[in-house]
Amino acid sequence: MVGPMSETTDLLVVGAGPAGLAAAVTAADHGLRVMLVDAGPQPGGQYWRHPDERYPVADESAGHHGWKVLTKLRDRLRVHRGAGHIDYRPGTQVWFIEAPKTESSPWYVYTTASVEAQPDHVPTGSVRAMRIVLCPGGYDRQLPVPGWDLPGVMAAGGVQALLKGSRTLAGRRAVVAGTGPFLLPVAVGLAEAGAEVVAICEAGNLTGWAKNVTGAVQVPSKGVEGAEYAKALVKHRIPYKTSTAVTRIDGDGQVQSAVLTALDRRGRPRSGSERAVEVDLVAFGWGFTPSMELVQAVGAETRIGSDESLIAVVDDMQRSTASRVYIAGEATGVGGAMMAVAEGELAGLGAAGDNGSSIDGARVRKLRGIIRRSAAFAQAMHHAHPVPARWTDWLTEDTLVCRCEEVTYAQVCHARDDLSADEARSVKILARPGMGWCQGRVCGFACAKIAAANEDRDLSPDDLARMSKRSLATPVSLEDLADLTLE
Amino acid sequence: MTSALPLPPTTPRVPAGPTTAQRADVIVIGAGALGAACAYFAARAGLSVLIVERGQIASGTTSACEGNLLVSDKEAGHELDLSLYSQRVWREDLAEFQRLWEFESKGGLVVARTETSAANLRDLAVRQRDAGIQVTDVAAEEISGFEPNINPELRGAAFYPQDAQLQPILMAAHLIRLARTLSPTSLLTNTEVTGLIREGDRVTGVRTSRGDYSGGAVINAAGPWASTIAQMADVSVPVLPRRGFVLVTEPLPKTVFHKVYAGEYVAATLSSDGGLQTSPVIEGTPAGTVLIGSSRERVGFDRTSSLPVLRQMAREAADLFPVLRKKKIMRFYAGFRPYCPDHLPVLGHDSRAPGLWHAGGHEGAGIGLSAGSAKLLIQSMVGERPDLDITPFTPDRFAENSYADR
Repeated sequence: MVGPMSETTDLLVVGAGPAGLAAAVTAADHGLRVMLVDAGPQPGGQYWRHPDERYPVADESAGHHGWKVLTKLRDRLRVHRGAGHIDYRPGTQVWFIEAPKTESSPWYVYTTASVEAQPDHVPTGSVRAMRIVLCPGGYDRQLPVPGWDLPGVMAAGGVQALLKGSRTLAGRRAVVAGTGPFLLPVAVGLAEAGAEVVAICEAGNLTGWAKNVTGAVQVPSKGVEGAEYAKALVKHRIPYKTSTAVTRIDGDGQVQSAVLTALDRRGRPRSGSERAVEVDLVAFGWGFTPSMELVQAVGAETRIGSDESLIAVVDDMQRSTASRVYIAGEATGVGGAMMAVAEGELAGLGAAGDNGSSIDGARVRKLRGIIRRSAAFAQAMHHAHPVPARWTDWLTEDTLVCRCEEVTYAQVCHARDDLSADEARSVKILARPGMGWCQGRVCGFACAKIAAANEDRDLSPDDLARMSKRSLATPVSLEDLADLTLE
Repeated sequence: MTSALPLPPTTPRVPAGPTTAQRADVIVIGAGALGAACAYFAARAGLSVLIVERGQIASGTTSACEGNLLVSDKEAGHELDLSLYSQRVWREDLAEFQRLWEFESKGGLVVARTETSAANLRDLAVRQRDAGIQVTDVAAEEISGFEPNINPELRGAAFYPQDAQLQPILMAAHLIRLARTLSPTSLLTNTEVTGLIREGDRVTGVRTSRGDYSGGAVINAAGPWASTIAQMADVSVPVLPRRGFVLVTEPLPKTVFHKVYAGEYVAATLSSDGGLQTSPVIEGTPAGTVLIGSSRERVGFDRTSSLPVLRQMAREAADLFPVLRKKKIMRFYAGFRPYCPDHLPVLGHDSRAPGLWHAGGHEGAGIGLSAGSAKLLIQSMVGERPDLDITPFTPDRFAENSYADR
């Protein structure tokens, strides 16, 4: 039980998605005692989110890619749990991490129940771990749009989670908009579940792909996936509109229509090209934002990735700059589930090797090759699907930038232009975007971009780090803190 | 006079306007509450101002505090005089701007858990009344009329209608903005002062990471880092950091109506103990969050989060407001109070280094005392007779180097 001060574990893996599962079973294969904590109710993470395993369904794998990879990882997890090698804790979130006091002492990791915890979950406790693999995953990156606070506007990943996890349709007539290949499975998933998808609006012009084919052909499976989606778009008659963005959403208490606007080569909305379509669902995805609070909590060095996200710096064994902490998956750069699995396995091998186990050098080289090719593909993808340079052109003064604290674009600009806030943190403490419920998870990227726009400069790691650094990785109740058991 | 200072290097990161003059009547080091207030009153006196800030506006102690304007925690003496004076400046000189920084004259409620503590509160109130503080004794059964959600077991309280709160970050930013409307005022952020320009003993400007600037006067408003600036002029100002944490709850419907704290807080503010001290200080904000303090410890500039301290603060808060037990803590922050061993601010001209002025060392009371301190300092600077005698706060009171190595 995660009760008051459990024993010290060899390895704590945070996250049971593609990377975390691979890391945990690999380390356990090499004899490490592993604890695997995950906010979700069952293994798979967001990528392999699926219906409740306690009530089996015939077509568990419907809508999934790489399902066999999951079932294999899941089987290995089951074996290791049975043998007592892996202590698996679903419904558990880390809220605080304390660094080791000496070179040989453990990390202290404090956990609490997540929103998906089962009713019988033991709520709060702490874990001592000699090593940590962080696989925190990510979530859809969002940009503010007039009307995005209306019910019926959702993150593309949220729409997909409802489909995959609960087999629930978020709307009947949808537009899927933003940028990146993830828009395709979401649109196809909606169509296959019976919704009408009016359009996919891809902000990129995709001519970038031609320049980056070398990156793309290094991962042949991606080409196969792409061809499948192309067939599905034809089958469901889903128009795929490039250089197009949803620039406004209208409705009376609920989404009723979305305005589609063509973008010019510099990412500016073309005036006169606006066209309204009737929809009850707008699914937005502007790429992904890695969850970086735990990476920052352990003090690991970060940098800006090719998709302008904050990501962790790791070496060729997934070691971060924080002692005895390894990082895999989205937090080292978004590159898809198979890259995450390879990184997770490499991190598991790294932790095992550093712990004194002998590891297979050929396997390490093979994984590095997969990661290298996947990263090249991801980089080409990120360059082909940039966030439009002039996305702020579609904002109006009263567009909410931060929905939690209801901070408008005009208020953010006032802080920046009149109160001398030329960095994201100053904008945040003066105008309060990112100070509410989500603590900047949704608006952090947008605020950092708006703050930097004043000086027409690129984002620095500091800009994003200050919006994503959280003193508490997740909120914790006052009584959990008051009743905490400390050594 | 150093007549030919080199031009600062050109850089795109100067947000102060098209050009920043290389000379100003007053150079203010630090864009926190004290620096901003000094800039404002200097500009109001018609002086040109250059503010040099290592980070951003209010990025130090000013953004890591609760924004208190308290008289309730003070005994009769020089600090109380300054506090009452500063109250007038906030409420009269700056009355028209109160809305800009969410000024709330909410009143403070100091509570006692035991009969002894309640008796002590009543005694303190007698002395404070004599010194000009407005204070009402509150009987145990009357407390819930002030705070319906408070622990019903309390034995007594005192109510201080003059206690107030403001949003210190907005205050600093708006005072600098207002200064710009009054007189030529420049702000250099991300600019570190690396040395002071001297002409004999005289301080005539600052050396910065962006070049040299000369000024008729240099004001050290560097908060807990004030002693570092003083050392650049070879003088000692024994301001030390005293760390504090604040816990922030989720946004809540109005739950805490006044600034509420336990009687022991007064003892904590007046102590010189370097070890950990905690006492509950709870208040709501216009944003709906409840701020939970307070802790004091002398650990240098160590920002490492300390769970034992946070736990202690959580226990005391849960005890004072049981209704908060189930509420979520969204975040917490650490800050460094500029602590002075004799518990008095350092305010005025430093005769040991002519041209150098200090405005700091207010420990946990800097937000409330900033407006009054700045106004008095500028009065003194332009040769007016200050509204309140500031000689008790003179920087010269510290013997040379006596604290330099502490």
